[in-house]
Amino acid sequence: MDLAYGTQYETLRREVRQFIADHGHLAPKNLLEIDRAKTRAWQELLIQHGYVARAVPKQYGGYGAPLDPLEAHLIADEFARAQIAPGFGGQGIAYLVPALLELATEEQKKRFVPPTLTTEIIWCEGYSEPNAGSDLASLSTSARLEGDHWVVNGQKIWTSTAESADWMFCLVRTEPDAPKHQGLSFLLFSMRTPGIRVRPLKTMTGDAHFNEVFFTDVRVPQVQIVGERGQGWLVANNVLLHERDDLGDPDATLQRLNALVDLMKKETAAGGRIMDNAAYRDRLLRLQGRVMALRYNHLRLLSAKLNNKDASLAAMIVKLQGTELRHELEGLAVDALGELGILYQEGRHLRDGGSWQTMYMFYLGLIIGGGTSQIQKNIISERGLGMPREPKVKA
Amino acid sequence: MEFGLSAEQTMLQDSVAKFLDRTSPLERVRRFCEQREQRAQDVWSGLCDLGIPGLFVAEEHGGIGCSLLDAALVAETLGSRVAPVPFVATAVMAPLAIATAGSPAQQAKWLPALAEGKVVVGAALSTAASNRLTDPVQADGAKLRGRALFVLDFEADAYLVADSQQRLYLVDANDSGVHRESLATIDRTRIVGELVFEDAAAELLPGSNDPDVCARVIDAGRIVLAADTLGAASTMLSRAVAYSKERVQFGRPIGSFQAVKHLCAEMAAELEPCRAMMWYAAHAFDAMPDETRLNACHAKAHLSEVGTRVARTSTEVHGGIGFTDELGLHLWFKRIGANRQLLGGPDQLRDEAARLQQWV
Repeated sequence: MDLAYGTQYETLRREVRQFIADHGHLAPKNLLEIDRAKTRAWQELLIQHGYVARAVPKQYGGYGAPLDPLEAHLIADEFARAQIAPGFGGQGIAYLVPALLELATEEQKKRFVPPTLTTEIIWCEGYSEPNAGSDLASLSTSARLEGDHWVVNGQKIWTSTAESADWMFCLVRTEPDAPKHQGLSFLLFSMRTPGIRVRPLKTMTGDAHFNEVFFTDVRVPQVQIVGERGQGWLVANNVLLHERDDLGDPDATLQRLNALVDLMKKETAAGGRIMDNAAYRDRLLRLQGRVMALRYNHLRLLSAKLNNKDASLAAMIVKLQGTELRHELEGLAVDALGELGILYQEGRHLRDGGSWQTMYMFYLGLIIGGGTSQIQKNIISERGLGMPREPKVKA
Repeated sequence: MEFGLSAEQTMLQDSVAKFLDRTSPLERVRRFCEQREQRAQDVWSGLCDLGIPGLFVAEEHGGIGCSLLDAALVAETLGSRVAPVPFVATAVMAPLAIATAGSPAQQAKWLPALAEGKVVVGAALSTAASNRLTDPVQADGAKLRGRALFVLDFEADAYLVADSQQRLYLVDANDSGVHRESLATIDRTRIVGELVFEDAAAELLPGSNDPDVCARVIDAGRIVLAADTLGAASTMLSRAVAYSKERVQFGRPIGSFQAVKHLCAEMAAELEPCRAMMWYAAHAFDAMPDETRLNACHAKAHLSEVGTRVARTSTEVHGGIGFTDELGLHLWFKRIGANRQLLGGPDQLRDEAARLQQWV
């Protein structure tokens, strides 16, 4: 056990604090509406200082520092304390880039990683289909090879940010005769390729960043496949692993906890601070305990990765625990606001831009998305605890 | 940077686990509980041979000089086997108090004897940790009056006692001013009791005029009890999983029903982060003093909540047999229930955490 922050860490901490003091005002505020120019400028500034893509090699557009979980933890911690957006994550940077670095060809890494890091390419994820949700591997969007192009036909759904994304990473069926998990391939293509139609779906938050995407004879250059034909499930699972880590990101949750603490100190009811109400305060403290446990779990996972130790059960629980916790945390803020908590999106008396209600609902979406909580529990019990699978229904 | 257990730490846990599996299986624990033994001498002597009582005592005083994390890992293993032995007071709180606040003469007298396990010292800190009494311990010079409840490792040769000023004393168990009465609790695997002091002769630990000493002894006790709960709850989870694979209903193991699988997944999802939380709290005690108290409060509060849910859910997965004495599962349930309240229940600890952060 060694968490000692040596002098180099204290230097880094001072640097991060100074950076936040100097540049924090440039950070994009809105979590859901993205101002591309502002986001990119902030992102490039962060990469330049090594606060984003710190351990991504320089030749792929990263900062090129050696992987050091403690540094990453310390940087995230300082941003969370200051309640400053730690840079754009998104599906491309948080899920796709790690998978590309592991599984893509040299040429693909050089082509796709750098513009993804700067947010020049924003990605969407083409996984779910109307008839393939929790049972993702049964998906039917097809791609057949014609000359040196894949020709894609079919439909995706629940595709977050497809309406504004530049590229899609997409799971398609290329081997219709193979068993379902072995018949899939992982393709990358521009959303401006002819034959793609996007139909926004309005969600309960009122936003329409969720979409249906239709493909009619979409031609994708053959080289834009990651991994071999028929290995798409492996690539997709690698991406999902990072996705599930990211969805339960405890540093983002800490940032919201700190904002909630501020809210409860500031808001009053009947002349007293909400924080002085023992019932609300106890709910806050319960959440704080859970946030701490998940942060330490995260630290354990980082360390296990660095030291090649097995912590697979600790990793499997992150998405389930992280999203449920976050939903509850946002919900406590809504309750702490009382009637003010039902104000929404605009107008008088709105607190913190209405983010508490928005994120409360948004996180219900994330409890469902990326593998529902129920699917997570199946994974934890079957793969983590070795419990028997549900018997197959005879066709 | 490493946030994980070393090979030595894993070996320490393994060796204590192997010893307990051999010497203190369920039948041995039952005999201790049912016959109201005062000391499971066979189990205790074996632990003394392994050096467990001296784990947290410095080498210069005849101990092994390990960290609180090491002690917590042993507590986790003791909890996992509901071991019927003293530990938290005699192997952690008393050595810590004496090493921190005792005079050189007190250290020379007590620490080697504690390290060998020749002397067992209980901890009577209820006056400082969770005072519910109208007649707490008061000091008058070298004499104590008043009452302490839920004295840990009660079957002891001497006691570490806190007074209402949070000063710490050592009191001989056989002093004529000490009246002892064990208390019947849900958890019969460890003995707690009540002490009434009527002008009992007490030796002050001179360094304990600083109230932080007592608070730190309580922090250590809370972390170690949280670790005991982690061990007990882990056993309850693994027993639920094992049972669900064996028990067949409707022609298939009940563990293949999602209703049962999801109960087990929920237990694992809540319990697994507690492991890192316990490590962090213990390591904070060892290396990050500024973070210790908040982490001790939260680790014990959170582990108590999760432990309680695991205890209940594991019992439920076992169905009717879980509710009976047949499998002995209730011994773990009760150990978790006792740990939850000792040295402060979760509600009190969260309130302390709020005050530490100046939220109130």
